[in-house]
Amino acid sequence: MDALLDLLTKDSRLSVEDLAARLNLTAAEVQAKVAAWEADGTILGYQAVIDPEKTHSSGVTALIEVRLTPERGGGFDRLAERVAKFDQVKTCWLMSGGFDLAVVVEAGSLQEVARFVAEKLSTLGGVLSTVTHFQLKIYKQNGFLSTPAPDGLRLPITP
Amino acid sequence: MKPPTDPSNSMSSDIQSKIADRIQAIPRSGIREFFELVLNAGDVISLGVGEPDFATPWHIREAAIYSLEKGQTSYTSNLGLLELRKSIAKYVAQKFSVAYDPAKEVIVTVGVSEALDLAFRALLNPGEEVIYHEPCYVSYSPTIYMAHGVPVVVETQAEDDFALRASAVEKCITPKTKVIMLNFPTNPTGAVMDPKELQGIADLAIKHDLIVITDEIYSELLYDDRTHPSIAALPGMKERTILMHGFSKAFAMTGFRLGYACAPPALTEAMMKIHQYSMLCASITAQVAAVEALEHGAAPMEEMRKAYWRRRNLVVSKLNGAGLKTFQPGGAFYAFPDIRSTGMTSREFATRLLEEEKVAVVPGTAFGKAGEGFVRACYATAEDQLAIALERVAAFAQRHRG
Repeated sequence: MDALLDLLTKDSRLSVEDLAARLNLTAAEVQAKVAAWEADGTILGYQAVIDPEKTHSSGVTALIEVRLTPERGGGFDRLAERVAKFDQVKTCWLMSGGFDLAVVVEAGSLQEVARFVAEKLSTLGGVLSTVTHFQLKIYKQNGFLSTPAPDGLRLPITP
Repeated sequence: MKPPTDPSNSMSSDIQSKIADRIQAIPRSGIREFFELVLNAGDVISLGVGEPDFATPWHIREAAIYSLEKGQTSYTSNLGLLELRKSIAKYVAQKFSVAYDPAKEVIVTVGVSEALDLAFRALLNPGEEVIYHEPCYVSYSPTIYMAHGVPVVVETQAEDDFALRASAVEKCITPKTKVIMLNFPTNPTGAVMDPKELQGIADLAIKHDLIVITDEIYSELLYDDRTHPSIAALPGMKERTILMHGFSKAFAMTGFRLGYACAPPALTEAMMKIHQYSMLCASITAQVAAVEALEHGAAPMEEMRKAYWRRRNLVVSKLNGAGLKTFQPGGAFYAFPDIRSTGMTSREFATRLLEEEKVAVVPGTAFGKAGEGFVRACYATAEDQLAIALERVAAFAQRHRG
């Protein structure tokens, strides 16, 4: 991966100047590259990674396995893209294995997820079955541990 | 040169006189002296460390835990686990293009530090000379001295970016010279060797029938697509070279205390004799972890290397921006800024920076007289902390422009 893209993936809040200093680039080069990636959709967006336990959020997250009937010509794409368009759907992947789509849904309550599955997802033509799993606890997300390892285990000066 | 005595102990002068003369004559490490100042300064951002800020990659730690669960808690063979020696030979062959026989030419040690001690004790008769380059890691000279050898310094120069010149080595060769000791990339300067000069040193070693010891501990941490030939790989050198390497820096395994030496069978055997009576073997837990590191550690190591590369760029550009002339080090994780523009000595600079800005760097003189006018700033520190520390250094340099 490009070193700038790699660094943005780790920390997208660095200023253009800070990015440039770390990568031996000029600020103008960084700006031009980022602008190009934003324009061509390489960079889709920037987000903070938040621990919901700290925000006391009452929302629920579910992983839904969906089995689909593929269509002539388009395979799974048309249906998958339709599922992905729902606001509740945060992630939607086509999978190998025993089911086809892995759909991560966030909603305000169990009932909202249930209603989404019963009324929106299952009723789509081509959806054969769904299995809904509710998230209980997050240990790691997007590479971040919920309980990071403690800092400061090194001596301040070592040989 | 004598270590300070403890005035609270009334017996101290008597006890002091019991200590062997040659040990009394060794000064304490310049880093250790500075260590106490730093501890007393409280909440400090330290660029004074000489080890990675990363914890050992989890897959390596997990392998160590698993070996403990299985009850692998015994001694190993004196030379080290054969499985590890095979992994080492494979890794060294790939990395340095030198083939060693894991049965007879590889010894696993407690860090490169022990390997160095073994090598000097195995090689040196009293009074024989070892040529080494300063500024350098603090232990070379005392280790040579404790093995009854005579350390002979070649000072590397700022104008060469602290690389070693074969011509400077040649001037130090006498009939008593036995060993040339190399460490590139270098702690504390981050200097790397020009391949032509390396060949020049190999030519000298062959011409004068000398042994070369090469400490390759930072050889993975190279930047800007640089390659790092080991002198062991040059024609005619394998039979007169001890290649030393370890796991501390590249795999972030400092606390495991594990290194190794690769050398011709007779030398390996001689080192093994000392090792078996003094150390017996390295810790089996560390050895098992090391196998995991060599076999599966390439990707996490590359991630760490990339992080060091970004930090090096940041540190060098900010230090130069602050008016502290700093060359772009080709390897390791140290920057070695020239602080003479402040009109201070290295020690003053480091002490006052600590007092005024709560940033710890190590005076260049801790690594030899040639380090005067420079300080060592280690960039194995999280980038956000590094950025704050660099701002403070810049403010300090601004205030004290000579």
